[in-house]
Amino acid sequence: MNHSTRPATEFTPSGQLQLGVFFQGVNSGTVWKTAESGSQTDFESFRRIAQTAERGLFAAFFLGEGLRLREHLGRPHALDVAGRPDAQTALAALAAVTTNIGLVATQNTTYNDPADLAHRLSSLDLLSGGRAAWNIVTTDNAWTGANFRRGGYLDHADRYTHAEAFVQTAKRIWDAWDDDPIAASASSTRWAAEGAVRRVRHNGRHYTVDVTPRLPRSAQYRPVLFQAGDSPEGREFAARQADVIFSAHPQLDDALDFRRDIVARTLRAGRGANDVKIMPASEFILAATPREALEKKAWVRSLQIGPQQAIAYLEQFWGRELQGYDPDGPLPEIDPVVEETSETRGSGFHGAKARQLADQWRAEAKEQGLSIRQFVSAKTSRGDSTFTGSYSEVADRLAEYARTGAVDGFNISPWLIPSGLDDIVNHLVPELQERGVYPKQYAGSTLRANLGLATPVRTSAGVEAAAAAAARTSAVTG
Amino acid sequence: MSTLPAIHGPQGRGLLLLELDGAGSHPAAWRVTRSAPAVSLAPEHLRGAVLTAESAGFHAATFSDPGLQDTALPDQPDPGTAARLNALQRAAFAGPVTRSLALIPEVDTVYTEPFHVSTQLASLDYVSGGRAGWLVAASTSAADAGAVGRDTVRGARLAREAGDSIEVSRRLWDSWEDDAVIREVATGRYLDVDKLHYVDVDNDNYSVKGPSIIPRPLQGQLPVLAPAGLLTPEDVAAGAADALLVSAPAPELLAAEIAGIRAGLAIGGSEPALIAELDVVLDSRGQTAADRLAALNGHTAWQSPRARFVGSAVELTELLAGVLAWADGVRLHPAVLETDLEELSQLVLPELRRRGLLAPITPGATFRELLGLARPASRYATAPSTPASAASVTPTAGAEN
Repeated sequence: MNHSTRPATEFTPSGQLQLGVFFQGVNSGTVWKTAESGSQTDFESFRRIAQTAERGLFAAFFLGEGLRLREHLGRPHALDVAGRPDAQTALAALAAVTTNIGLVATQNTTYNDPADLAHRLSSLDLLSGGRAAWNIVTTDNAWTGANFRRGGYLDHADRYTHAEAFVQTAKRIWDAWDDDPIAASASSTRWAAEGAVRRVRHNGRHYTVDVTPRLPRSAQYRPVLFQAGDSPEGREFAARQADVIFSAHPQLDDALDFRRDIVARTLRAGRGANDVKIMPASEFILAATPREALEKKAWVRSLQIGPQQAIAYLEQFWGRELQGYDPDGPLPEIDPVVEETSETRGSGFHGAKARQLADQWRAEAKEQGLSIRQFVSAKTSRGDSTFTGSYSEVADRLAEYARTGAVDGFNISPWLIPSGLDDIVNHLVPELQERGVYPKQYAGSTLRANLGLATPVRTSAGVEAAAAAAARTSAVTG
Repeated sequence: MSTLPAIHGPQGRGLLLLELDGAGSHPAAWRVTRSAPAVSLAPEHLRGAVLTAESAGFHAATFSDPGLQDTALPDQPDPGTAARLNALQRAAFAGPVTRSLALIPEVDTVYTEPFHVSTQLASLDYVSGGRAGWLVAASTSAADAGAVGRDTVRGARLAREAGDSIEVSRRLWDSWEDDAVIREVATGRYLDVDKLHYVDVDNDNYSVKGPSIIPRPLQGQLPVLAPAGLLTPEDVAAGAADALLVSAPAPELLAAEIAGIRAGLAIGGSEPALIAELDVVLDSRGQTAADRLAALNGHTAWQSPRARFVGSAVELTELLAGVLAWADGVRLHPAVLETDLEELSQLVLPELRRRGLLAPITPGATFRELLGLARPASRYATAPSTPASAASVTPTAGAEN
């Protein structure tokens, strides 16, 4: 690991790409209706995907999280591929059957306690030999809070200040142990050296922490931090706190703009230009020839957005049942029954003026001559994050991302479980390796090493610094 | 065993559980282990320990989670005590590594979120193929309370927090009926929402809406173990725990203690398995157990609420044979894992098995099966469902909040 002494002021493309895999669920991206579709819950599916990814030298395996089942018209959503495991529990099991791949847990800052979550992430990091990461997400709604002791306590406007105080506290917990604190031999008087651990206290508006952290640093110092928020506040947060952005900007031009924006924000935050890596969410539909890939894409889309998914998608914005409408006909002429579209009922549901939205969509669909099903497919297919083509064609496109430094890699959501990575690992990865833009072996055994991230600088040394940081954090949140 | 009550004990189930805590249960175990002191944090040590326990013929491993300790110097960890990784994660790590060993992490109920605990344990059941259990703890530590900014919970409220948390988990585990995932291509429905249920827990402390975010655990309900005396008699009578861990001041009192508790439970009408708790220090490699213990205690005193056996493998075998006639199982806490586990696996377990006192080992069996528990139907299950009807949504637009 390289210890950076001075932050770089100019961004330098590494010329390399990394791949991650996001084990999906919940949204309509997963094809569960074919003969090859396996279990979404059996551990074997997770093991197979993770081990395939590791065979393809992937940097990271991601698990998502939703802390309340999504609902549709007031009931759990029947069309959802729901039922994901607790991320850290599944990753702890995967740590036993993998050796190099990073293990990324999506965990919510709103419904966890900082000391508890930081401890569990430390634990996963040690258990995996320095391969753990935290994909930081934040929610604000009382609807999810109904599953927790705290309930819904957070205003939307507060979610990033709250999340940042949470992450700073977690970093202080991970920084609390000195290097090499554990007795080298049994003849030592203490297991941990005297004074090797600093107490961490935080007294803020939303929570209070007073803890002497229990675990020392891992082989990669502390868990790698991923963040996905795309709003200006989210980008600022990432520029200050994150190691990797799980971005929503996969198209080359857009990705280059996003890179410039993030580099500028990162420099303003006092960090180096290369300190924050960018990996957009993406989907790959590949075949031996371009034509086969296009045919495959049509087939995948027809399975992702069936007639029921198309109607249900509109129902969530119309707030009423639309079962009588023909999925292959035009958008419903009746108006939504709600003022606002359902305020958050799980990921992917966005507030908007319902009637205005319906008018706009009807006009859009009419202009383009799209049926309900075609329209919804276009809206939901994440079209710009899909790479479709022959293996060599797509490899050429990706090499351009590496050359320009638009991204540091891609987070792939396989549309098929558990075989969805097979063609990527068997065919795309070798093509990327031939082009010199993909590793031929793991750079190291930790996630930080494999992502080319520098060892973090301690955020605070000593109780006084920690107390001062606590005071600053309290000032921000309180 | 002349002190036994007159009531005749039922035949035990012959289960042996092993506490797999770092270098061993004695706080000074790390000082006499061949491995480096950091061994308690090493995944490869954990892998080796669970495989050794499984091949030795233990039925289950428990993973302790002592939480944060209240020390005289709150800025310092206890100087003699080795740190531990999260117990539930250790159990999860062991899941794909083992085939028959039941995996039972200790998880606190007081300073944790019951919804997370339920999801984590259900996930453990999936990664272990139905071999998960839950050893319920209720932290009394002020340090644990301070870490999450809560007031310290004491006295009767501890039992209530534990009972409430178990109730939340049990309801959430039932909140998806077994056949809730239907993957019905014709209607596009992945789930049958009639088989998902809100749990609507609303106790004095908090409420939990549900349903769970993960399907019903493979076992339906994970076996729940609790130290005898932690839960209220009402909760125990209502079936909150599937097994109780029973301690006594000395080994020779264990059988009587078990028999007494069993008689008391019979009055309440519940029949949890009773598992005796025993600390173990054995003669090993020419050193007597007493000498080994004295050396360990010379570093750090071993304060434990459990009965302690200090002696030879032959004597321990006789003791266990006696206790297993009354208890459904015994949980052993070896002072030093690598030393005592070697003696146990070479001398004690083979002899107990030869005498037919141990339950058979069945690879792939669930923990419930080991305990002789049937797989229960979900409390929310109704009559067999009607064939899927077309309507997957109800016209209740905007009504739900």
